[in-house]
Amino acid sequence: MTGQRKFDDQRMEYIMGRLLQAGVMLASVVVLVGGILYVRDHAAAPMNYRIFVSEPAFLRHPGQLFRHLAAGDGAAIVQFGILLLIATPIARVVFAVIGFAIEHDRLYVAVSVFVLMVLMVSLLYLS
Amino acid sequence: MHLELFTVLIFGGAVIAGLLGALTGLGGGVVLVPLLTVLFHVDIRYAIGASLVSVIATSSGAAAAYVREGFSSVRIGMFLEMATTVGAIFGAFLAGRVPTRALAMIFGVVLIYSAWLSWQQSRRKQEVDHPESPWSDRLRLSGSYPDGCGGEQHYKVDRITAGFATMFGAGTLSGLLGIGSGAVKVLAMDQVMRIPFKVSTTTSNFMIGVTAAASAGIYLHRGYVDPGLAFPVMLGVLIGSLVGAKYLVRAQVSLLRTIFTLVILALGVEMIVNGWVGKL
Repeated sequence: MTGQRKFDDQRMEYIMGRLLQAGVMLASVVVLVGGILYVRDHAAAPMNYRIFVSEPAFLRHPGQLFRHLAAGDGAAIVQFGILLLIATPIARVVFAVIGFAIEHDRLYVAVSVFVLMVLMVSLLYLS
Repeated sequence: MHLELFTVLIFGGAVIAGLLGALTGLGGGVVLVPLLTVLFHVDIRYAIGASLVSVIATSSGAAAAYVREGFSSVRIGMFLEMATTVGAIFGAFLAGRVPTRALAMIFGVVLIYSAWLSWQQSRRKQEVDHPESPWSDRLRLSGSYPDGCGGEQHYKVDRITAGFATMFGAGTLSGLLGIGSGAVKVLAMDQVMRIPFKVSTTTSNFMIGVTAAASAGIYLHRGYVDPGLAFPVMLGVLIGSLVGAKYLVRAQVSLLRTIFTLVILALGVEMIVNGWVGKL
């Protein structure tokens, strides 16, 4: 050992914690910026959430979201921040796959890959 | 009501929900959905979408604090996430097919159950020796945590199949109602699998974000996530929960728990009544 810290479960957890924190910070900043723009754009508009109307298509599909993002649309920026937020726990699972691979723990590489695949099924629903 | 005022009021409510959720360990979502539907007359589908987003934010935001303590177990978490993520997708699938009145009533039942668990927790007994499953070592679920005196306390888990099934239920509820269902996750680990309480609660918190992410894509696609609502809710709950976690050690938890138990009990009854008469 050349002063390099041993990679074990505790180390993995520490890195995961930092990863999650950074993701939430980034997502929060994006959501805040988008939210301020959204309120400015829709100021003094009456609110009604009593009746459910599904969100417009561009807020539901990432492909179309990015076009509105470039135009500086507040709602699109908030939705993009939310996508970043959803990506954060997924990044943690990706990191678990790598971490367990470093530990040569095949059982838990398989477990993490399974969880990752379930998350992907849910996300594929988006496209 | 105009957008600025509405946004400010929602934000304030979300801060309080996050604060209470963190101080009692039940999470912000459980107060948020009834708050939005009963008080602000928001359609329960919008409330669920916004709540789910805030659940991911708080679980991930609080992660670092728990990580430093070294109680949570990545293996137990990842192993049980196989059940919670599949459950969450199933729950989100159900949510599109269950009428909103039924959703409100199910939510009410979950609230009352959470109140009962919360009340039980304040009078829990000391841990005793328990049987352990031979699979605990084979699945590498056994672990250890700091005992507070510089040493390590080892533990093994029991009733893995039953715990796994309960976790599937927790995931389904999370996907169906847009909550973290931390109370059910802790129940599965602490009561069913006999995992030490500190390990159960911190691992549960770690798992909540991944469980919620499994159904978030489906909700986003269905148009349940409204940016105007999700924005103040997510930031409010996040701030509230971070402040709450900071003062958790100093707060008078027993008094808070009693008040909170009564509040969610009342909200639970309200949700059931509103669902029954069709007001939501």
